[in-house]
Amino acid sequence: MLPEYLAGAAWMPWAIVLPLWGALLSFLFPRRAAPIGLGVAFLTATAALAVLLQVALGGPRRYQVGGWGAPLGIDLVADGLSALMLAMTAVIGVAISIYARVYLVAAPDKVRRFWPLWMFLWAALNALFQAGDVFNLYVTLELLGLSAVALVALAGSGPALSGAMRYLLVSLFGSLAYLLGVALLYHAYGTVDLALLGERAQGGIQLAVPLGAMIAGLLLKTGLFPFHVWLPPAHGSARAPVSALLSALVVKASFYLLLRLWFTFTPAGQGLPILLGALGTAAIFWGSIQALRQRRLKLLVAYSTVAQLGYLFIAFPLAGMEPALAWGGSIYLALSHAFAKGAMFLAAGSIMTESGHDEIGELDLVVERMPLTLAAFALAGISLAGLPPSGGFVGKWMLLQAAMEQGLWGWALVLIGGGALTAAYVFRVLGFAFTTSPHRHESHSVPGTMEWTALLLALGAVLLGFVAPWALPLLDGVLP
Amino acid sequence: MSSALLFACAGLGLFVIGTWGLVLRAHLVRKVLAINIMASGVSLMLVGTGAMGAGEVDPVPQAMVITGIVVTISATALALALLLRLAHATGRPTLPEDRERDLMDEEGR
Amino acid sequence: MNANVWLPVMVLASSFIPGMIIFMLPERAVVLRTTLNLGGAVLKIILLVLMMIGVSHGVTYEFRVPFVPGLDFVLHADALSLMFVNLSAVLWLATTVYAIGYLEDSPNRSRFFGYFSLCVTATVGLAMAGNLLTFLVFYEALTLTTYPLVVHRGTEAARRAGRTYLIYTLGGGVLLLTGTIWLYSLTGTLEFVDRGFVAGLGLDPNVLRMIFAVLIMGVGVKAALVPLHAWLPQAMVAPAPVSALLHAVAVVKAGAFGVVRIVYDVFGIEFAASLGVTLPLAVLAAVTIIYGSTRALFQDDLKRRLAFSTVSQVSYITLGVAIAGPIATIGGLVHLVHQGFMKITLFFCAGNLAETLGVHKVSEMAGAGRRMPWTMTAFTLAAFGMIGVPPMAGFISKWYLGLGGLEVGQDWVVLVLAGSSLLNAAYFLPILRTAWFDPPPEEWPHERDFGRKETAWALLLPPIATALAALAWGLFASMPGTPLDWVHLIAARKYAP
Repeated sequence: MLPEYLAGAAWMPWAIVLPLWGALLSFLFPRRAAPIGLGVAFLTATAALAVLLQVALGGPRRYQVGGWGAPLGIDLVADGLSALMLAMTAVIGVAISIYARVYLVAAPDKVRRFWPLWMFLWAALNALFQAGDVFNLYVTLELLGLSAVALVALAGSGPALSGAMRYLLVSLFGSLAYLLGVALLYHAYGTVDLALLGERAQGGIQLAVPLGAMIAGLLLKTGLFPFHVWLPPAHGSARAPVSALLSALVVKASFYLLLRLWFTFTPAGQGLPILLGALGTAAIFWGSIQALRQRRLKLLVAYSTVAQLGYLFIAFPLAGMEPALAWGGSIYLALSHAFAKGAMFLAAGSIMTESGHDEIGELDLVVERMPLTLAAFALAGISLAGLPPSGGFVGKWMLLQAAMEQGLWGWALVLIGGGALTAAYVFRVLGFAFTTSPHRHESHSVPGTMEWTALLLALGAVLLGFVAPWALPLLDGVLP
Repeated sequence: MSSALLFACAGLGLFVIGTWGLVLRAHLVRKVLAINIMASGVSLMLVGTGAMGAGEVDPVPQAMVITGIVVTISATALALALLLRLAHATGRPTLPEDRERDLMDEEGR
Repeated sequence: MNANVWLPVMVLASSFIPGMIIFMLPERAVVLRTTLNLGGAVLKIILLVLMMIGVSHGVTYEFRVPFVPGLDFVLHADALSLMFVNLSAVLWLATTVYAIGYLEDSPNRSRFFGYFSLCVTATVGLAMAGNLLTFLVFYEALTLTTYPLVVHRGTEAARRAGRTYLIYTLGGGVLLLTGTIWLYSLTGTLEFVDRGFVAGLGLDPNVLRMIFAVLIMGVGVKAALVPLHAWLPQAMVAPAPVSALLHAVAVVKAGAFGVVRIVYDVFGIEFAASLGVTLPLAVLAAVTIIYGSTRALFQDDLKRRLAFSTVSQVSYITLGVAIAGPIATIGGLVHLVHQGFMKITLFFCAGNLAETLGVHKVSEMAGAGRRMPWTMTAFTLAAFGMIGVPPMAGFISKWYLGLGGLEVGQDWVVLVLAGSSLLNAAYFLPILRTAWFDPPPEEWPHERDFGRKETAWALLLPPIATALAALAWGLFASMPGTPLDWVHLIAARKYAP
C-alpha cells in the first residue's frame, strides 16, 4: 500500500525534533530566523501529516525513544486522536507561519524572538499529543505554557505584559495542581504510564483525589468558566499570529489532555459530568454575551473563544449512552474551532493592520477594501455558529443528536441557543463591515499573503464539514 | 505516623500555603515565591511517598523531581524577567486588578 | 449511469463556479462578467431541459455522499424539485439581464453578481435536496448568501434591515434544525419519499404534531406566514433585482417549497391530514392571505405594497397544500410558478419606474403609463394576473384552489379567495388608474434620458418577457409543457393511487 519509507519510518519523533532544531537554529541565526522558521514549519507539518497517514492506514503506533522503554525511558504514543491533533496543528501551524512571516516584517526585533518561541511551542504541542505517560504530559504542558506566555509578552505593551504575567501565574498554578495529581497517582499505582494506569486504577478515593486535582488544574489552563478571566486579556492583547495560535492550538492541548485522562480512567458517577456540562453552559452564555458587548474586534474574538470552549464540555453529560456521538462531536468541534478561530484572529490582525484600529463600530465598509479578509471572517463565523455547511455544524449536529437520542432536552437547548448567540455577535461585526461609518479613517495596504492565509484557514473550517465520514473513523479505538 | 504520611502532609501543607500566597498576595515577587513553595511541596510529596510498598529507593520519582526542579527554575526565571519588564512598563510590580490591595500587603509585612 | 449521478452537481456548479470567478474579477471586467453570468444561466437551463426529459421518462438523477454519521448529503431531481429549479433558473436568466442594466455604473458589481450567483446556487440546491438535512444545509446557505445583497447599499437603513432579516431567518433556521434533529432521533431517516416517511412508524401523534409545528414555523419564516412576515417589507431596501428575484422567487418560495416538502414528502399529505395539522395550517395561510392584502392597501411606497402583496400571494401555495385534496394541490403548486412570473414582473416594473423616473411611491405614479407605456403594460398584465382576471395565469391558480376547496368540502376557501381577489383589485386598480388616466406631472422626481426609448433595453425586455409568459401560462394552460401540465404529473405522485 504505502512505500516503506512512509509506512515504516519513525515520523513520530521527527515531529518533535524538527521544530526543536528550528527553535535552536532560528535563535542562533536571528537574521535568518524567518526563512529558517518557515522552512522548518513545512518540514514539521510533513512529519505530522505522515504520522496521520501511518495511523490512518496502520492503526495506533508506539515509539520507544532511544530504545529504553518504560518505565525509565520515554514512550511516544500516537492513536487516532493524537494523529488528528497533530494534523490540525500542522495545517494551522503552517498557515500561521506564512502569515507571521509577512506580518512581522514591520517589526524586525520581534521577528528574532517570535520564531524560536513559536518553534518551541510547536515542539511542545507535538510532544504533548504523542506523550504516553502522565509525567511527560506535565513536562510538555509546562513547555507549552512557558513558550505561550513569552509569546504573549512579545507585544511589549503594558496590557500585553500584565496579560502575560497573569497567564503565567494561572498556567503554573494549573500545572502544579496537575503535578500534585501525578504524584498521588504514582504513589497509589506505581506507574505513570497511561495505559498501565488505565488497567490498574479501579476507582475509589485513591483515584478520585488525584484525578480531581488534575482536572481542576486542566480546567484552569483550558480557561473554562469561571476560570476564564485570564484568557481574554492574554489572547486579546497579543500580536495577531500569537493570538491565533493561542486560541486555536494552545487551549486545545489542555483540553486534549483532559480527554485523555477521562478516556483512561472513565470516572464513574453523574455529578462531575453534569458539573462540567453546567460550567460549559455558563461559559457559552457568559462568553457570548460578553462578546456581544465588546467594542473591540480582538476582544470579541477572544470572548468567543471562552464561549466556544464551553461547547466542548457539553459532551461530558451527553457521553453516558452515546459516547461515540458525544465525544466525536466534541472533538470535531475542537478541530473546527481551531481552524475557524485561527482564521478569525488572522483576519482581525489584517483589519487592524489596514485601518490601524479594531473598533467594531468603525469598520466602515471594510468589505470593499478587504473582501478576502472579510470573507475569511464570515466563513469562520459560520463555522463557529454551527451553520451548515461547516465543521462546526457537523460537530454541533452530533452533539445535538446525542442529546436528542437520550431525550436530554436541556442540553439540546443550550447547544441551539449558543449557536444563535454566536451568529448574533458574528453578524454584528459583518453588519458594520458592510456599511459606512460616520467617520473617515486612514487606510494602509495589507499584503495579499495575509489575506489569503486567513481565507484558506477559514475555508478549511468549512471544508471540515465534508470530511467527517473519513475523519471520524480514526477515533474508533480511542473513545471509551 | 509513617514517614510517607508525614512527607505527604508536609508537602500538601506547603502546597496549600503556596496557594494562599498566590491568590491573596498582590506583589508579584510574593506570587512567584508562592509558586516556588507550591512546587517544593509537590516535589516533597513525590520523593517522600514513592511507590506504594517499594522496599528500596525508587529512582523514578527522583528523576521526576529533578525534571520538576528544572522546569520550576525556568518558570521562575521567565516570571522574574517578565516582572521586571512589567514593572518598567507600568511602574508597579502588581497586576492591574490587584492595585487597590497594595495596602493589605503593607499591613502583612 | 455516471451522468445521472453528476448532472445534479453540474446544475449546482453552473451557477456556483461563475459566482466564484466573478468575485475575483475587477469591477471593470464588464464583458467577461456578463458572459459568465449569462453563460452560466443558459447552461443551467440546458442541463435542466436534459433532466426534465429524463424525469418524464422515469430516470432518477441522484448524487449521494456520506455527510454526518448515519446521514448522507443527497441531491435528487424529481418532478417537484425540477419545477422549482426551473422556475429559479429561468427567472435567474431574466433577472441577470435586468440587473446588468439596472446596476450599470454602480459600485461593487462583482460582489453583487457573485452573491447573486451563490443565492441561485443555494436555491437550486434547496430544490434538489433529497433529504431534510440537505434541505437544511441549503436553507441556511440561502440566508447567508442573501444577507450581503440585502445590505448591499451599505447605508445605516440597510444595516438595520439586514439585522431584522437575519433575526427572522436565522431564527427560522434554528427551528428547522430543532425539528429536523428531533424527527431524526425518532425515525432514524430523513429521506424525502413520496407520501412521506413518518407514516406507519407508530410514533406518538402528539410529538409528531409538535414536530410538524416546529418545522412549519422554521420554513414559515421564509414563506412569510403571519406573524413571521415582518422581515419581508423591511428587506425592500435592497436593490430592485434583489427584491425581484429573491423576495419574489428565491427566498419566499424556498419557504413555501419547504412547506410542500414537509407536508408531502416528510409527513405525507394523507397522514398529515389524519394528524389534524393541515386544517390549522390552511387557516393560518388564509389569515396571512387576508392580512397581507389588507396591509398592502395602506402602503404608499410601491415596493412595500408589492412586498405585502407577496406576503399574501405566497400563502396561496401553503393554502393549496394544506387543503389536502389533489385539485387544491395542483392549484397551490402551480401558483408557485405563476406567482413567480407575475410578481417578478411587478418588481421589474417598479425598478424601472425608480431607475428611469425616480418614482418610488404610488402617489407619484400619475401619468406613468404615458411616459413608459411598455413598462406599464407589463405591470398591468401582471397586476390583472394577481387579481385573478382570466385569461392570466393567476386565474388558473385561483380556479384550481377554489375547486379544490369545494372538492374536500372546505367551502370557506372560496370566500377567502373571493375576499382576497377583491382586496387585490382594491390595491392594484388605483395604481393602474392613476398611471394610465391621470395627467403626468410637470417634472418627474429624478428623470434619466434614454433618447427615444422609454428606458434601457436591458430593463425593458425582462418584464415584457415575464409578463408575456404569465399570460401564456394562462392562455395555453392545458397545452403540454406548461407549468400546469407538469404539476399534474407531480400531484399524481403525491397521492396514494
